[in-house]
Amino acid sequence: MTGQAAPRTWSRPPFIERAWLRWTLYGGGLLYLVLAVASVEVNWLRVWEGLDRGVRFIQGFLVPDFTSRWGDILQGMEESLTMTVTATVVGVLISVPIGIGAARNIAPLPIYAVCRAIVALSRSFQEIIVAILFVAMFGFGPFAGFLTLSFATIGFLAKLLAEDIEDIDESQAEAIRATGAGWWQVVAYGIQPQVMPRLIGLSLYRLDINFRESAVIGIVGAGGIGATLNTAMDRYEYDSAAAILILIILIVMAAEYLSGFVRKWVQ
Amino acid sequence: MLRLNDLSKVYATGDRALTDVSLTVEPGQVIGLIGPSGAGKSTLIRCINRLVEPTTGQVYLGDMEITGLSRGALRLARRRIGMIFQEYALVERLTVMENVLSGRLGYVGFWRSFFRKFPPDAIENAYRLLDRVGLSDHVNKRADALSGGQRQRVGIARALEQDPDLLLIDEPTASLDPKTSRQIMRLIVEICDERGLPAIINIHDVALAQQFVRRIIGLQAGRVVFDGSPDDLTPDVLTRIYGEEDWSATIRKADEDGDDAGGEEEDHHASVPVDRERLAGLT
Repeated sequence: MTGQAAPRTWSRPPFIERAWLRWTLYGGGLLYLVLAVASVEVNWLRVWEGLDRGVRFIQGFLVPDFTSRWGDILQGMEESLTMTVTATVVGVLISVPIGIGAARNIAPLPIYAVCRAIVALSRSFQEIIVAILFVAMFGFGPFAGFLTLSFATIGFLAKLLAEDIEDIDESQAEAIRATGAGWWQVVAYGIQPQVMPRLIGLSLYRLDINFRESAVIGIVGAGGIGATLNTAMDRYEYDSAAAILILIILIVMAAEYLSGFVRKWVQ
Repeated sequence: MLRLNDLSKVYATGDRALTDVSLTVEPGQVIGLIGPSGAGKSTLIRCINRLVEPTTGQVYLGDMEITGLSRGALRLARRRIGMIFQEYALVERLTVMENVLSGRLGYVGFWRSFFRKFPPDAIENAYRLLDRVGLSDHVNKRADALSGGQRQRVGIARALEQDPDLLLIDEPTASLDPKTSRQIMRLIVEICDERGLPAIINIHDVALAQQFVRRIIGLQAGRVVFDGSPDDLTPDVLTRIYGEEDWSATIRKADEDGDDAGGEEEDHHASVPVDRERLAGLT
């Protein structure tokens, strides 16, 4: 810079260096987007007809009917909550050892491979598909729902726990190892305190996901509030359906506030 | 007490961290290990308790060859070697007491340690050590609620709770201010003196090393290039360890300790008791 004046303009180097490649990729992406949107067929006549049904639905929402199906709603809610809580507890208990095994920094390779395979298997199937399978195996009702949600919880929680264990501050575990502690003691002293707040937070989050999922898997016969909701919809009882949806929203909101509170407390 | 014999370490990446390091630490001797970043100081002390597995060479603690031990026997050997870390390495969400008691894990079964049911003598010792390092009022605080100097005191108490025969100390003052650094170094040296405990201290700060230890080992690119008394650290030696620089301000003035620089310093392998008077004068 000595002698000559420093430049007064500067711009960030582009993400893709070569100009022709950059414009080809951007242009190609845009073209694809336009063509893709254009290829979506919309039956406007059907939309018009459906609009009418949608309006009736919204009208039902405005006057939710809690009373006429209250018995069914209560039973469905009870099933759903039981299913949710038991599945979350069982799922968490199973996913903790699998999560520990799936953390590359503490588990030996063969155990790591097995645990990662379990996680991948659990995550590769959507809850609905698992629910259909379990309903076929164990019949209609909340037991199939309980199994479905437990199964889904394992994949979710074990994966996130393993990732959290892989992200720990290694020096704390190293210090524990240096005292002559055994492997389990390193886990209990060097790792568990570091991952506990996140494990609790994730468990509460999963509780809330499981409750929402319980409403969905009920539609394929796995019991709970979803079954009640499905019946209400089938009978065009939109006012009762609205009552169920409002209750679901309230419970999810309550879970949200609760988990926020607990997470702050365990930090 | 501790003997390293031709210790070498080559990391899986091909980086050569240590080359044929041989040295002997006498009982009660505190050694300052200096050298530039990446010279292998941390690797060297981690090879001693095999947190890092040495590639070749042997480590002897007393008559026991640590490098030849099975995993179970290594755990038992690690109980005898206390370690103090840079950035303290306390388990932040555990209390001060749990951190100190974790020094006892090698002696206690899993379930007892899991339920925090440590033997009474371990607890008594932990209280005594916390009193010694001046943290009696902080027993039930969480480690992350303490200041840097306090945390390092917990680190010291944890290492001593092991009742070790040797201390390995990795950059104990790297994240502390100059005053706290001196307090921590003084505490470490005093405790080693009280217990006749040998120690190897990795240290960045040459002036601090000169002030507190009586034998300095200089490491450069994984080799020992200096082993002697702090008074022998001439600009030439520092250039040999660190490379060319203006060292005139780094080296301790000779008159600061002109009184006690006697014949004993010539034989730097002998156990040199720390002169408490001299340390006290610097408070």
